[in-house]
Amino acid sequence: MAFFETHNISISFGGLRALERVSFEVNKGEVFSIIGPNGAGKTTIFNCINRYYNLDEGAFIFKDKNIAKVSPHVVADLGISRTFQNIELFKNATVIDNLLLGRHRHRRSNLFMEALFSPSVQRQEIESREKAEEVIDFLDLQAYRDQFVSGLPYGVQKTVELGRALAMEPELLLLDEPSSGMNMEEMEDLSFWITDIKEELGISFLLVEHNMRLVKEISDRVLALNFGVVIAQGTPNEVLGHPEVMKAYLGEEGASTAG
Amino acid sequence: MRFLMKRNYNQDIQLFKYRSTFFWYLALIIGCCLLPLVLDDYITSQLSFICMYSIATVGLMLLTGYTGQISMGHAAFFGIGAYTSAILTSKGVPFLLALPTAGLLAGFIGIFIGLPALRLSGLYLAIATMGFGFIVDEVLVRWESLTNGNMGMMVDPVSIGPLTFETEVQFYYLTLVVLVLTILAAKNILRSPTGRAMIAIRDSEVAAQAMGISMAKYKTMAFAISAFFTGVAGSLYGHKLTFINPESFTILVSIEFLAMIIIGGLGSLHGAVYGAAFIIFLPQLIIMTKDYMPKYLADQTGLESALYGLMIMLFILFEPMGIYGIWRKKKFYFEMFPLYKKDTFKKEKKYFKAERH
Repeated sequence: MAFFETHNISISFGGLRALERVSFEVNKGEVFSIIGPNGAGKTTIFNCINRYYNLDEGAFIFKDKNIAKVSPHVVADLGISRTFQNIELFKNATVIDNLLLGRHRHRRSNLFMEALFSPSVQRQEIESREKAEEVIDFLDLQAYRDQFVSGLPYGVQKTVELGRALAMEPELLLLDEPSSGMNMEEMEDLSFWITDIKEELGISFLLVEHNMRLVKEISDRVLALNFGVVIAQGTPNEVLGHPEVMKAYLGEEGASTAG
Repeated sequence: MRFLMKRNYNQDIQLFKYRSTFFWYLALIIGCCLLPLVLDDYITSQLSFICMYSIATVGLMLLTGYTGQISMGHAAFFGIGAYTSAILTSKGVPFLLALPTAGLLAGFIGIFIGLPALRLSGLYLAIATMGFGFIVDEVLVRWESLTNGNMGMMVDPVSIGPLTFETEVQFYYLTLVVLVLTILAAKNILRSPTGRAMIAIRDSEVAAQAMGISMAKYKTMAFAISAFFTGVAGSLYGHKLTFINPESFTILVSIEFLAMIIIGGLGSLHGAVYGAAFIIFLPQLIIMTKDYMPKYLADQTGLESALYGLMIMLFILFEPMGIYGIWRKKKFYFEMFPLYKKDTFKKEKKYFKAERH
């Protein structure tokens, strides 16, 4: 049994079939990328995993458990964290508070203990801060630690979002276009971080990405989608060179000249 | 501006960032304790009202300012607290038990009012909570066997064991103690996972869910906490007035609560107290300045409500962060004294916003 398995999922919005019997598997400790032109249904997969949308049919199996029917917050509780295409940070909170929010699933305190700020809550806070501080060190966010998110540059906000997802100590990390809006340098950092996280922490990645160079560099396996249908699946080289994929990106004519 | 060299995590979770802050708050509390010595009974009783309203607005601030859920029905929780405590003490239950019970009952009902918040937001939530306010108001009028309807009911004065709180000064100390405890509890919740979850819901529900924050749990919890504090405030309010009727808990009171937190500054506990103090003292200020106004203006009927409305409008237009925003700017001016420029503030605002709560 694979670590994370998507089993024949379909969803439609009105008359539009956004996903049509999509299946794939993510193994433990692997970077799995989903590519495809705009509107192919990549982000829809993420939103289905996070339970923002209800599947019409199919199932998500995570660690032998079907998570296609649980409440949205349970998905995170089980160890799946994500970032968003259009940054969804807590804007009126500091960077450190955002990271501490990532620690939410590890809390052990209840409201009564918190109102008294009992010693156990204090210990928990310190523990959360240690973890958050580790993430800050890893992603070089020291300079922004106490700053408000709303005023930070776009690339840094993206990094903070990655940090928040990491602070959760997830087992599976969903990254939705992590490199969009980043400059070359930030992108190189990103590819380094992803490889590092994978190798050191053993976290698996599910990635939606448009930058083919990044996809090629970091992915173990790639899946190509077009209009909600899987058109190719395999190693980066196989999929990126696949005639159907070329056709989806470049059109009939472009594919024949490129091929 | 001061920068703190932190050497361990304990420093990071302290209630007071600097030693001097602790000193100033201590001085403030001592000052509040000494106030009745120099003030007359009337002003002291106004101070009690400030404390009681502050307890309620701290509750509403947690809900509206921090969780981002508006409530136009908080007068109902205020009323539930007042009636619960009044009825319990009249049946011989000691005040020390009636006070938390009043809060707990309000909090329990708050859970059910929180449920529609799962599906509603903004204006729709405002209307739904307003409807709840009307229902409670109507229940208080109709349930005559329990509440004595529109005739109202007398409330016993407060006594805890051998201590009685009958004079203005004694009652002021009681409300002050409850207020300090309320603020401490609210502050503690805000620096714990629950408080952060509330802020997360305010800023982005989608991301909050992705962090494992359950909307159902934390929204209803925010309503319950908020209603609890407001219920406690209501209990004190009833004992202060010694007579309550449903008219003390109409929608106007709910709107007054909202005005207090908006004028005080949304998203800060300071703001809750400043707002309450401002609204309570505004009528006094108007009366005091009446002597200096031209006669035709001073004799105008409706002068107070017009000024009241004008103040709210001016605040929303020019200082959306409320009185707390003004306070922060002034504080910054003195800290930076010879160097202060308007632009400096704008530049440093980002840094300062970080220390908002």
